Amino acid sequence: MKGSKTIIPIQKSELISRVQKYYDQEFRMAQICCVKEPAGKEPTQKLEMSYSFEKDHVFETLRFDVASGEEIPSITPVYNGAYLYENELHDLYGIPVKGINIDFKGTFYKVSIPTPFNPGCGNGCGDSKVNG
Amino acid sequence: MEQQIITPKRTIIPFGPQHPVLPEPLHFDLVLEDEKIIDAIPTIGYIHRGLEMLVEKREFTEMVFVAERICGICSFIHGLGYCQAIEEIMNLEVPKRAQYLRVIWSELSRIHSHLLWLGLAADAFGFENLFNQSWRARETVLDVIEETTGGRVIFGSCKVGGVRKDIDKDTMTRILGVLAKLEKDVRSICNVFIKDNSVKHRLCGVGYLSTEDAKRLGAVGPMLRASGVSYDVRSTGYSIYDDLSFEIPTEKDGDCYARCAVRVAELYQSFSLIRQAAEKIPDGELSVKVTGMPNGETFQRLEQPRGEVIYYVKGNGTKFLSRFRARTPTFANIPAMIQVLKGSDLADVPNIVLTIDPCISCTER
Amino acid sequence: MSLTTIANVFRKPATLMHPFKKRIPFEATRGHISIDFEKCIFCTICAKKCPADAIKVDRENKVWEIEHLRCISCGACTEACPKKCLTMEKDYRAPATTSEVPSLHEVHKGA
Repeated sequence: MKGSKTIIPIQKSELISRVQKYYDQEFRMAQICCVKEPAGKEPTQKLEMSYSFEKDHVFETLRFDVASGEEIPSITPVYNGAYLYENELHDLYGIPVKGINIDFKGTFYKVSIPTPFNPGCGNGCGDSKVNG
Repeated sequence: MEQQIITPKRTIIPFGPQHPVLPEPLHFDLVLEDEKIIDAIPTIGYIHRGLEMLVEKREFTEMVFVAERICGICSFIHGLGYCQAIEEIMNLEVPKRAQYLRVIWSELSRIHSHLLWLGLAADAFGFENLFNQSWRARETVLDVIEETTGGRVIFGSCKVGGVRKDIDKDTMTRILGVLAKLEKDVRSICNVFIKDNSVKHRLCGVGYLSTEDAKRLGAVGPMLRASGVSYDVRSTGYSIYDDLSFEIPTEKDGDCYARCAVRVAELYQSFSLIRQAAEKIPDGELSVKVTGMPNGETFQRLEQPRGEVIYYVKGNGTKFLSRFRARTPTFANIPAMIQVLKGSDLADVPNIVLTIDPCISCTER
Repeated sequence: MSLTTIANVFRKPATLMHPFKKRIPFEATRGHISIDFEKCIFCTICAKKCPADAIKVDRENKVWEIEHLRCISCGACTEACPKKCLTMEKDYRAPATTSEVPSLHEVHKGA
């Protein structure tokens, strides 16, 4: 099989500089994903973030951890189309992302409880008017 | 005399969520200046079901049924991607016959999806007769799928470790005959899409996306291939695509007509791939036994009819997974579609929105 | 295209004249679940494997029930049953207008 897949652990502070390097090397933004650890109903200890980039079947993922409710910078100044992923992160996991170019402010998905994938994080999307 | 500066007035027109051309609800706020669009703001989230949360309640062997039901048009490849991810985590070796059968069903799924899109595109520019002819051809494919798997739309034939149903030799020969006859009908339908003057008049030059924009905005699938970039995830050779030979259909113009031509070329490719797979299919087992629990994580990339889909599965050693995430191709194509909408006419908006083949149930899961 | 259009005027319709003609399903079509109740041993494997929670089995009172409106016709129960008493029939169940239809809630009580 052609191509390769790697996961690179980094620090949160290196995120923007590494993303800028990928943009300069003409990688495309593949996806942004988040996993709550531990899974299930237990309270969140950390959230594992994965930012993936791809070019010519070389697939690289940047991996770092944040605490529940910790703020992360947005990568939309570099990759303009990433606002969809970051709004989804905010609505489903309650991660405040600073500086998104099109910010839906919690109304991207219509959910009946705030931050359903990370319940009890106390950082809700603040739109109980949408679905009661 | 002083020059009067006239600032044009801007209006905002909503498009959707209910619109005759849209198969699923999708909303745009179109900012217009005298019939030309200068900006568009998308709103999705009308049918968010939160299917990814079901990993907490369904065991990993049952989660295949949930993954298949993310979308009706792209159903089989969702199930296939999930199974491939679990098999990679657990190091399961799927038998060759099962892999060939999976590829045959994937290509059948691609044929039915492209015929569906051709019908919807014909409906969007007003050619109702062609719409019905395309969907009539699609019925033959759905009958083949029902005969081999049991369901017209939701196949239900993929499971972790292999496939659940077999296609014996007589059925395979008969299906190849049916598909050969269908290919002749499809050729006469597709000739209208490619050569008819009224179709060309509606599609040529509409919705232009340059090569640099397509690469920069992360477009995938026929949207990318119609702008001159020859990129297809099937060329990495996942499953048994290494043993089959195909060319990647590419066009240079980057407008709606080029995207239509790319999808028509992919239709013919799929017929050829099914014939090759049916010739080379070996005898053997249909599945391997699954023991143990998945522990680990992986990314899987497959080629859906709409583009590249990325699956992320993470297991933690129990029978419930930690996370299952599907990044579907329409999610990646939305920024490219917004770029294409800027600068086009209001009357061309239905054509342009349909040209990325929006599958909103996949986008929102 | 015009040749097809003219020819279609003289051909019979492409659709099946339902409900005057019934559609014959294929052998492999997944319609609805039926049980041969004599063979059931109340092992509850089918209830555990069902992804939609449509089957309920009561081991002490020997009751097997299925809610047809919840069933998604996936066939996981038929493959899992050790006594092979469950079969997948070809015909679809009748449509319903509410979610509580007594005729679509099948209950079997044993001795």
